[in-house]
Amino acid sequence: MIASVWSWLTDPANWRGAGGISSRLGEHLGYSAVVILIAAAIAIPLGLWSGHSGRGRWLISAANAARAVPTIGLLFATSLWLGPHVTGDLAFTVPSILVLVLLAIPPILAGAYAGVEAVDPAVRDAARGMGLTGPQVLRKVEVPLALPLLVSGLRSAVLQVVATATIAAYVGLGGLGRYLIDGLASGRYAVMAGGAVLVSGLALVADLVMAALQRLAASPGLLPPGRRKRRSDRPDAGPDPPHGTTVDVPAGQDREGSRTHRR
Amino acid sequence: MTWALDHLGVIASLTWRHTLLAGIPLLLGLLVAIPLGWVAHRVPALAPVTIVGTGLLYTIPSLALFILMPLVLGTRILDPINVVVAMTVYTVALLVRTVVDGLRSVPADVDAAATAMGFGRFRRLWQVQLPLAIPVIAAGLRVAAVSNVSIVSIASLIGVAQLGSLLTDGYNRAIAGELLTGIVAALLLALVFDLVVVGTARLLTPWRSP
Amino acid sequence: MPRHLTRIVVGIAGVGLLASCGSGGDPLASSSTATSGTSTASGSSAGPIVVGSADFSESQLLAEIYAGALTAKGITATTKLNIGAREIYLKALQDGSVDLVPEYTGARAYYYDNTFSETDPDKVYAALQRLVPAQFTLLTKSAAEDNDSINVTKATADKLKLSSIADLAAVAGDLTLGAPPEFQTRPQGIPGLAKTYGVTFKTFRPLKGQQLVQALKNGQVDAANIFSTDPAIAANGFVTLTDDKRLFGSQNVVPLIAASKDTPAISAVLDAVSTALTTATLADLVKQVDVDKADPATVAKGFLTKGGLA
Repeated sequence: MIASVWSWLTDPANWRGAGGISSRLGEHLGYSAVVILIAAAIAIPLGLWSGHSGRGRWLISAANAARAVPTIGLLFATSLWLGPHVTGDLAFTVPSILVLVLLAIPPILAGAYAGVEAVDPAVRDAARGMGLTGPQVLRKVEVPLALPLLVSGLRSAVLQVVATATIAAYVGLGGLGRYLIDGLASGRYAVMAGGAVLVSGLALVADLVMAALQRLAASPGLLPPGRRKRRSDRPDAGPDPPHGTTVDVPAGQDREGSRTHRR
Repeated sequence: MTWALDHLGVIASLTWRHTLLAGIPLLLGLLVAIPLGWVAHRVPALAPVTIVGTGLLYTIPSLALFILMPLVLGTRILDPINVVVAMTVYTVALLVRTVVDGLRSVPADVDAAATAMGFGRFRRLWQVQLPLAIPVIAAGLRVAAVSNVSIVSIASLIGVAQLGSLLTDGYNRAIAGELLTGIVAALLLALVFDLVVVGTARLLTPWRSP
Repeated sequence: MPRHLTRIVVGIAGVGLLASCGSGGDPLASSSTATSGTSTASGSSAGPIVVGSADFSESQLLAEIYAGALTAKGITATTKLNIGAREIYLKALQDGSVDLVPEYTGARAYYYDNTFSETDPDKVYAALQRLVPAQFTLLTKSAAEDNDSINVTKATADKLKLSSIADLAAVAGDLTLGAPPEFQTRPQGIPGLAKTYGVTFKTFRPLKGQQLVQALKNGQVDAANIFSTDPAIAANGFVTLTDDKRLFGSQNVVPLIAASKDTPAISAVLDAVSTALTTATLADLVKQVDVDKADPATVAKGFLTKGGLA
């Protein structure tokens, strides 16, 4: 079994051509990148605004609740109803991209929101006291401080999108998911397992890249004082999750997400 | 709506199967994650390995995991066990980090006080650390519960019946009512799971209630 | 034990208990899907017959018909529908997950022998009898046939002057073919089209069910492999290209059962069903499922009642 997966993966013939691994990998990366870009363009401004102004919290709660919608159902629904209204090959990509964007928005939104929201009010007040305007506070103080959590949200979104894009192959999308769906349909386990290895590998690499980004985002000049401050400022730190101290944790946005739930 | 009303029996039985396929792994996953998280917490050198290692499991696409389970477990291809084990893997992947975070959230002075009272390490875990970690663990469990309910739907692509069967059938035969029913039922079930986790956590931590 | 953790343990045990006694015994081990025909407890000593099906309407319908007919004669039968393509439900039949599946003679023969070239229904059936491994029993075939068929829209057929698959040879290099994913690797699928007709499409798009029909209608694919009994062909005015060289052979509906589960009583019931089925009846039943959106189990029941089989 492992031998046949290995030989499928290492056969150069499988890497070439329209259905080859190289082009499937490229498609998969392409879809994922487009999805993350669109989702980020929507969710980051919204999250920052909500965290900054304290308004629109229901957005975050709604986005979190939306995570419970079964992705596969959403995928079927959009491709069934949207598909016929789109011409050409876009009929297969547009519904899938749309669903993946919806999937990627909640973690990014929660990350951006939680990042800004977690900024120490004292720091915010100090910035205002120095004469910074609202937008300046956001740009010069809150965003830099929020960056680690924001990137953490992006990281989780990337992982989800790369993994979930495989299911979109069921409704006609290309990418690595084709090996899983087509391999399943034709009973070729080596192709399926090979595809699974490729997707997992891609997800892993993407996650490592995002982890590196996250480390960069937490600039050393900013973080340690912030950490110290928040810890000492929280006498009630007891059984509450130490949100402020877990910026280097990728699953951070999950807890941030549930935290917004709880409120 | 008419579709749902005409098929209440089907919906009920699929919902029950969905509940088991998503719920049992949640409990099993928690039972596995607690000792793993505890070890990672007690031996800090192991923490990154354990957390990253289990976290990696989450990068395996669910469809692939479902399909490959029979090869790993030697089970028959339509066994619901395949889905239960795969979902347990995901639950563990999500919860180990949560358990570690939960144990870390226990204030050091409380822990020290328990040690001073003569509590051994297991009694401390059982009577002090775990109870205090419940809020954090519950938060992680909520995420896992909701994500389990959603992921289980995908098992209909490998012929294991649950609410996802309404989705695949509704899609293949273009029946809007059936597709919508599947989505709404899964959504409601996720809500119920979430409420059960929140409610249980509240019952278990009476000192936190107002 | 402290209070809270005692509660956790009790809670977990409670849920476990609930899970184990909910629907009697081990609910996860129960095989019937909710849409299955209900089973009656009378008769049958060899345990229930689990009828499996592929992931398309007609196969599910046939599985419901088999299960319904058996149940009506006091033989306990349950269903496991929507398993997947032949390559998957065959595995389920092999590992004992299911005991009985509706099959199609030619496609199954091809599955075992990809140099298979018989096209006459009786010869295909006779050949399949020889090819099927001893662990399975091939019951009597029905006259009802559902074949693969290559379809194009009326507009495409007029524009490119297509009436047979052979006509595609000259133009397929610019066209996209849509078909279920397994068509790509099956000997009768893309490899067969190339070998028998010299037809090679520019691209292949794996699609199935209603989405494939939509894609053909909307021009995302130029040709589509749709089952010949599919009501969508007539409903959309698609043109079915003739298969002059009989690439797709004969595809009569036939029950395939695990030899260990077969009894004379079961054979008799299923033979009666096969006799009652014709291509026209089958097409009508599929229409009820796909167009009128009736449940396969209901349609199956209607057919059985009308034919005096239940």
